[in-house]
Amino acid sequence: MSSIAHTQKRGFTSTVWEYLTTVDHKKIAILYLLAGGFFFIVGGIEAMMIRIQLAVPNNDFVSAGLFNEIITMHGTTMIFLAAMPLLFAFMNAVMPLQIGARDVAFPFVNALGFWLFFFGGLFLNLSWFLGGAPDAGWTSYASLSLASEGHGIDFYALGLQISGFGTLMGGINFLVTIINMRAPGMTYMRMPLFTWTTFVASALILFAFPPLTVGLFMLIFDRMFGSGFFDVAMGGNTIIWEHFFWIFGHPEVYILVLPAFGLFSEIFPTFARKRLFGYSSMVFATVLIGFLGFMVWAHHMFTTGLGPVANAIFAVATMAIAVPTGIKIFNWILTIWGGSIKFTVPMLYAVAFIPSFVMGGVTGVMQAAAPADYQFHDSYFIVAHFHYVIVGGIVLGLLGGAHFYWPLMFGTMLSEKLGKITFVLFLVGFHLTFFIQHFLGLMGMPRRVWTFLEGQGLETGNLISSIGAGLMALGILVLLVNIVITQKNNIQVGRDPWKDGRTLEWAIPSPTPFYNFKQLPLVRGLDAFWIEKMEGKTDMTPAEPIGDIHMPNNSFVPFVISLGLFIAAFGAMYHADEGKDWAIPVLIIGMLITFGAMLYRSVKDDHGYHIHKEDLLDEAEGGTR
Amino acid sequence: MKRKLTNWRLFTFTSLTALFLSGCGEPFLSTLTPAGEAGQTAYDLMLLSTWIMVGVVIVVSVLFAIAVLKFRRKKDDPAIPKQVEGSHVLEMIWTIIPIILLIILAIPTVLATFDLADTKAMDKKKEDGTTDAMVVNVRANLYWWEFEYPNQKIITSQELVVPTDQKVYFNVKASDVKHSFWIPAAGGKIDTNVENVNQIWLEFDGEKAEEADNLFYGKCAELCGPSHALMDFKVHALPKREFDQWVTAMQAIDAKAAEAKPEDPAAAAGQEIFNQKCLSCHAVTTADARPEAARTAPNLAGFGERERIAGILEHNEEELKNWISNPEEYKPGNKMTGTYGELSDQETDQLAAYLMSLKVE
Repeated sequence: MSSIAHTQKRGFTSTVWEYLTTVDHKKIAILYLLAGGFFFIVGGIEAMMIRIQLAVPNNDFVSAGLFNEIITMHGTTMIFLAAMPLLFAFMNAVMPLQIGARDVAFPFVNALGFWLFFFGGLFLNLSWFLGGAPDAGWTSYASLSLASEGHGIDFYALGLQISGFGTLMGGINFLVTIINMRAPGMTYMRMPLFTWTTFVASALILFAFPPLTVGLFMLIFDRMFGSGFFDVAMGGNTIIWEHFFWIFGHPEVYILVLPAFGLFSEIFPTFARKRLFGYSSMVFATVLIGFLGFMVWAHHMFTTGLGPVANAIFAVATMAIAVPTGIKIFNWILTIWGGSIKFTVPMLYAVAFIPSFVMGGVTGVMQAAAPADYQFHDSYFIVAHFHYVIVGGIVLGLLGGAHFYWPLMFGTMLSEKLGKITFVLFLVGFHLTFFIQHFLGLMGMPRRVWTFLEGQGLETGNLISSIGAGLMALGILVLLVNIVITQKNNIQVGRDPWKDGRTLEWAIPSPTPFYNFKQLPLVRGLDAFWIEKMEGKTDMTPAEPIGDIHMPNNSFVPFVISLGLFIAAFGAMYHADEGKDWAIPVLIIGMLITFGAMLYRSVKDDHGYHIHKEDLLDEAEGGTR
Repeated sequence: MKRKLTNWRLFTFTSLTALFLSGCGEPFLSTLTPAGEAGQTAYDLMLLSTWIMVGVVIVVSVLFAIAVLKFRRKKDDPAIPKQVEGSHVLEMIWTIIPIILLIILAIPTVLATFDLADTKAMDKKKEDGTTDAMVVNVRANLYWWEFEYPNQKIITSQELVVPTDQKVYFNVKASDVKHSFWIPAAGGKIDTNVENVNQIWLEFDGEKAEEADNLFYGKCAELCGPSHALMDFKVHALPKREFDQWVTAMQAIDAKAAEAKPEDPAAAAGQEIFNQKCLSCHAVTTADARPEAARTAPNLAGFGERERIAGILEHNEEELKNWISNPEEYKPGNKMTGTYGELSDQETDQLAAYLMSLKVE
């Protein structure tokens, strides 16, 4: 392991083992991309089933109970198991390179975060095969989630708890990395916007996930261990769950959308060949959105009956968020204004993002007006709104980001031609699906309905919406074909493949060496690589002489720790069932595996290894592989 | 890029056509045809915010379109555009203008929030506990609604009857899991919580009610289980005089009237079956004296004159028999399935005949 040559070709088993034990942020990024991509497909199939069921009135494609399981899993999967990990993939792949770091601050914890997320997601999805998925909506409001029979909600609570630990660790790790590991000269106000948004999103994770953890623990105890936090008969209160959930849930929206903003803030300047307009106000707006994100959770509860004072305060606070968001939108437009725009696939996603996301933003302000929201709330208007934000903001960001950073992650370039086909299909499908849903909601269609009856004027809109969903699915299929073809051809495109890369990640050789920077670069301003290129240089000025590089060893321990919790969760879930005496031993064994692995990690010294200066110099002479 | 614009046009065109075809929705259901003050307040605010936001969208779209069209790169043009850092003036403009727009929206929002929450009239109780205000207690249950008129001492279910042109105040709560009480055409929704009573007022405009044939649709707006989508109720908005007549007629269905034997022999046999198998949950008198917790199924007084069976099925004897023989098929997860044993076809017929005979005189 201590040789520089360990990235050379290897067999299948050893590749698998490498990925099971890796602590390298670039490989963890690929793991996140694969797992997140897989769950994205699963969530997408669930979405298609929803739209097929609702295509015509009185449809019986799925049963009522199954439909509720599908919508619950669609929402939960897309938010927790697709959008977050896919963003984590880009954060892992890009952020350390953008700030000129050799890895994240805690590589071991980074791997642990991934495996916790993965096993949590796996646990949650196993519910499909073990007696039924959760069926109380992704919000899992307490009265319904306590009344829900079977183990669906248990899968939800335990699965999200495990994957939530992983997310929390990931967030803390990114925070520490950005605070401590910036290259010389990389001051805060020279950080690329994607790093900034990762930073703010990580801070939001740090503060938003604990309320979810607490809420989920209460739900776990209520359902599995006989407590009564939400059980009104025992003096509990279900509204508390709503508060916990939305104190987490609203910042979660910004946890997702801010990194997507970050991706666009990288794409716009690159393909307009122009620096980001109003960089400092962009940073300010990002931080402000993050801060205000915690002040507005009760706008999800306008109809809960909190009273006019609370509703009025939260209404005005919510409107305030429009201001920093508006600043961002205008800054992006002014970034491309006067630029030299090249419409690559990532840039197409970026320009399509602006009007799409503005649509989602303005309906958000409309809902902030509480009395109007009494009508919008829990209707299809809301479904339209948050899909405009999540698909129009986050998914377009993920797709644009995937095309943009594919060369950085894999050294290859996705086909532009197929990429444009995906783009057109997806964008047209997206607007077709969700624009009409605003009106369905206004015409009186509640959300989360398994079917609708004839004669209420809802037929046309629902049919159009379902057709749009089909187009989106086609677009994603083309994307998958694109990925397969690209990876099969495996044409390496080398460094700075878009030619106009501005930030440090494009200054690194391709494929990226496993130690990242041979010498840490000296950062002389915003868009560090661009500055050097404009002065006719091809490389960053090094900030240090070539020296030994300290690297962490691979470790299988993160996998084992996560596996232990995964096993323990089954014990916790089944222990209350009749005739399942094995459950308590399983719970104990699972916890023993986890704590044993943690103990092993604590007592065994692992100092990592060094890549020696001589090896680095030899490699330099041999040229890049 | 051209292709993208074509597609934009295409999508706008299809959406608009669809909109044109479906108009503003049905007057008995749509929030876009408000049928009273509360609905109008929400609608006005919706319009105000929509106009402001359409303005924003237009400004953004125009700037965006110009930027995208004007600054396209000529083929392989190596020119490097001027690197602009920012502009304080511009940034001030797009900070301050939105703030002004939001203030314009925030003021009516706050006023309307307090206005719609004003249910003080419900608290002005007279000595006998009744109020001058028209009050209805709404109780949401797994897939059915109970409406209790405390002043008139009437209990009914599934079909709410209200007088037009006056404020109707509601106490709402749920008896099992959380639901949400929503009559889209009349106004916004309010959740029916399991731990507290929420209050709301609505008003039904006489003329608007007439346009909707005096019948509005009500919905459950909070996911509550498999049949959430089918938890509909109906609202009859009647002129004050007709409403008073209805009240008198309903009050006449007291315990004694409910026990009277129907003349039709089939219905009389049905009553026997009903008393044995159904009466422990369903009452057939509007003066049901049992406590709330014992009222575990919809009150059926006046059932013969309802709009729908179980809130969703056509109101005829055929559908009623279908419902009685297999409620699970029509409302999955309901609490009635399997509580009354097997009924023979003849028994079902008799039961249906009896239920259809329950009329408001």
